[in-house]
Amino acid sequence: MKLNQLTLTQALAGIKAQKFSAREVYDACVAAIKEKNPDLHAFLDHTDGSNYQDRGRFHGLPLAIKDNFCTHEFQTRASSAVLDGFHAPYQATVVNKLAEAGFSFLGKTNMDAWAHGSSTETSDYGPTKNPRNPAHAPGGSSGGSAAAVAADMCLAALGSETAGSVRQPAAWCGCVGFRPSYGRASRYGVIAMASSTDSPGFLAKTTADAALLTPLICGPDPYDATSSPEKFPDLSPHLATSLKGKKIGFLYLDIPGLESTRAYYEQAWRDLEKLGAQVSAATARDPQEAIGVYTVVQRSEVASNLGRYDGLRYGHTRDHFGAEARRRIMLGTFLLSQGYADKYYVQAQKVRTLFMQDFARLFSEFDILVSPVSPSFAKTLGSSEGNALFGELEDIFVEPSAICGLPAGSVPCYHDPATNLYLGLNIMAPFHHETDVIEVMSAFETGTHWNSWHNQEK
Amino acid sequence: MSYHLVCGLEIHTELKTKSKMFCGCKNDPFNAPAPNTYTCPVCLGMPGALPVANAQAIEWTVKLGLLLHCRIHHDSKFDRKNYFYPDLPKAYQISQYDLPFCYDGYVDTEFGRVRINRIHLEEDTAKLTHTTLNSKKVTLIDFNRSSVPLVEIVTEPDITSPEQAKAYAKKIQEAVRTLDIGDADLQKGQMRLEANISLQTDSQKAAGQLPDYKVEVKNINSFNFMAQAIDYEVKRQSALLDQGQTIAQETRGFDSTKSITFLQRTKENAADYRYFPDPDLPVIHLDDAQIEAWRAQLPADRDAHAAAWQTQYGIEPKYAATFLTRASTSAWADQLWAAATAQQVDCNKLANYLVNGKLAYQETAEPQAIVTAFQKATATASTSDDELLALIDQVLTAHPAEVERFKAGDKKLQGFFMGQIMRTAGQKLDAGQVNQLLASRLR
Repeated sequence: MKLNQLTLTQALAGIKAQKFSAREVYDACVAAIKEKNPDLHAFLDHTDGSNYQDRGRFHGLPLAIKDNFCTHEFQTRASSAVLDGFHAPYQATVVNKLAEAGFSFLGKTNMDAWAHGSSTETSDYGPTKNPRNPAHAPGGSSGGSAAAVAADMCLAALGSETAGSVRQPAAWCGCVGFRPSYGRASRYGVIAMASSTDSPGFLAKTTADAALLTPLICGPDPYDATSSPEKFPDLSPHLATSLKGKKIGFLYLDIPGLESTRAYYEQAWRDLEKLGAQVSAATARDPQEAIGVYTVVQRSEVASNLGRYDGLRYGHTRDHFGAEARRRIMLGTFLLSQGYADKYYVQAQKVRTLFMQDFARLFSEFDILVSPVSPSFAKTLGSSEGNALFGELEDIFVEPSAICGLPAGSVPCYHDPATNLYLGLNIMAPFHHETDVIEVMSAFETGTHWNSWHNQEK
Repeated sequence: MSYHLVCGLEIHTELKTKSKMFCGCKNDPFNAPAPNTYTCPVCLGMPGALPVANAQAIEWTVKLGLLLHCRIHHDSKFDRKNYFYPDLPKAYQISQYDLPFCYDGYVDTEFGRVRINRIHLEEDTAKLTHTTLNSKKVTLIDFNRSSVPLVEIVTEPDITSPEQAKAYAKKIQEAVRTLDIGDADLQKGQMRLEANISLQTDSQKAAGQLPDYKVEVKNINSFNFMAQAIDYEVKRQSALLDQGQTIAQETRGFDSTKSITFLQRTKENAADYRYFPDPDLPVIHLDDAQIEAWRAQLPADRDAHAAAWQTQYGIEPKYAATFLTRASTSAWADQLWAAATAQQVDCNKLANYLVNGKLAYQETAEPQAIVTAFQKATATASTSDDELLALIDQVLTAHPAEVERFKAGDKKLQGFFMGQIMRTAGQKLDAGQVNQLLASRLR
């Protein structure tokens, strides 16, 4: 086995046992990038192999970073031509934290431009191919990060989620995605998409890796007024193999459009029961309404957040905005205009509160809620074209928890041998209950054989 | 026809907090060594940067509101005011829309009460300089001022004369300086005036009906210019109304060289600011305990303070005003009067000396040092004729040429000798006694 194929946990153990060095793992990843990236296009920018630094607890092990995080080493453009050539004069808080922990950064991963989309096809630099099946999209917006992990071009990758931008690409690429509650990981230095929902998170090979990485980027940040003042818990002690006594609610299995995949999710239901959980069907608010809420809130915030790229600064005029960004700016501008703000933005925030109340009701009954991540397997490249709500429809099962800022993760729950594509199980817990999500993710991984890296660890 | 002025003011004033409104940059645009030195990703509006509100600025805004008899919202928030302008790097200004910190206050002027509608906190913009560089017309942007805390005080349309507008605005400046939360220097643009001006007919006034238009005059940088602008608008609008014309809702500027206002933009192209709550800044909750604690820290009312000085120290109000401009100044003066009284010094006379420049002083000086200097300057020593004659002889001996000239008829030198004698004595002498003895020696 090549060193770039190791999980972070395996790499750390190997270094400790002096079987190999962190430098060798880094070199193996750089070699994998050089070999695979020209075809997959997961990285927009990557190191030539000269930025390894042996430092800290993680010895310079290599991570990838989504292009919407400001970094010193690479340009930061959120996959938009508007920011082409932009070198941020400062670094995102979470990137600083990872550097302090001792990671090296391999490069910046492709994404939907400004994170607008769920396929990575709206990137102004061209799409990323799904490493599991290159005719398919990796999902998005953190598609480059998910592809980099799935193709073993890095040990793990920083991503960010606004609706389902960590969980959905993780599901489509057959890796693990985890995002803590809104406010746990600082947004300072993350190019704003929808400020009230943006949450950094990780694309990783296993739940254990996600549990190791997530606390490193969480905790209060004096530079982010919306960051939670509470100390973030250690997640690794919550890795579990049994779900005995857990009450789990299964959501959304009755939604039309799940015909081709429902059987696989029902299998996941049985797998959860085998692990000792008490699983029953739960009924939540219609997720279609969440799409409406998300569309209004997100477009409004986007229109305001992107105003600064007015052509005076950053070297490129507004005609460098792609079609998707333009659509969102126009819709958002309309939604906030005089006479409409109350009708749309304020109304959407009220419905958002209804979703929070709905989750509070569900969590009074269940410890954990699970659902499909996505209605389908990874779509073929080009599917998002001509479908302005492509992302929202693909994210229908993850948007309700995202607009409520809940901690959630995705683990592989089915692998189709014919196409080599995966499905993901969406696991959600109450606000700030990250430990519960990790518990279910890890137990499910242990009790099933869908996670290829987990099998390799056994 | 005669009309009645209906006028409301919007006053912006910068707060002199140590750091800017939403970042840690130094808030001192006027003393910056060079343009764009006090900047960071936040006040430059860089991608990914986030604002964090300055607690001191919030406290000061609420205190200003309390001093101006406002009510305070328990829950306030910041909103984004979206518009495009080169001095606004984020393409939105962080301001307050429907939940300002303070509302429903008032200021009493000698011309009647002016109600305050609201006081809110926002961030200032960068500074644009239009100039020519290498024979090209350019606009330069200085971000030292970007995101400096800025308070806006909005009145109800209660002002009925230019004099009242002036009196009100001066009271606002006085309040800002009394609290010592800003310098409010109009010349430096630290305080900016905007007047909303319209005219009411007799019948409208009788029916308590406001005019259906208003003309906003922006960017006025002195109290007198504001009075002139209002005067000019009253004349301009009266003439239009007399001709039966309707007056457009519009924004005008003031030309101080011609003392006239001029059209800037009409309502048709007024901006829609697309206000919405800033998702980067959580709601600010102020409970009663906090508000009352701040109220307790307010300086005494100026008029009450002056009255107290008059009762306790016999200081005339005309002198008191000089020492009530700032909280720090009045606190210093309190110590000074106490020290003076303890030594049986006449406080009103001391105030007179200080106000009229008879005794140079600095507010940083120890009050006791000033009292001593004053005593020395005013002490009349009782000196015996013999001692005094010895002193006079000493001076005359030192200036033989002047003595000759005096004796030859240059009587103007009398003053010169007096001055020399006083200086040599180092204390105040009885002028009559000196004159008499000097005359006896020079005879």
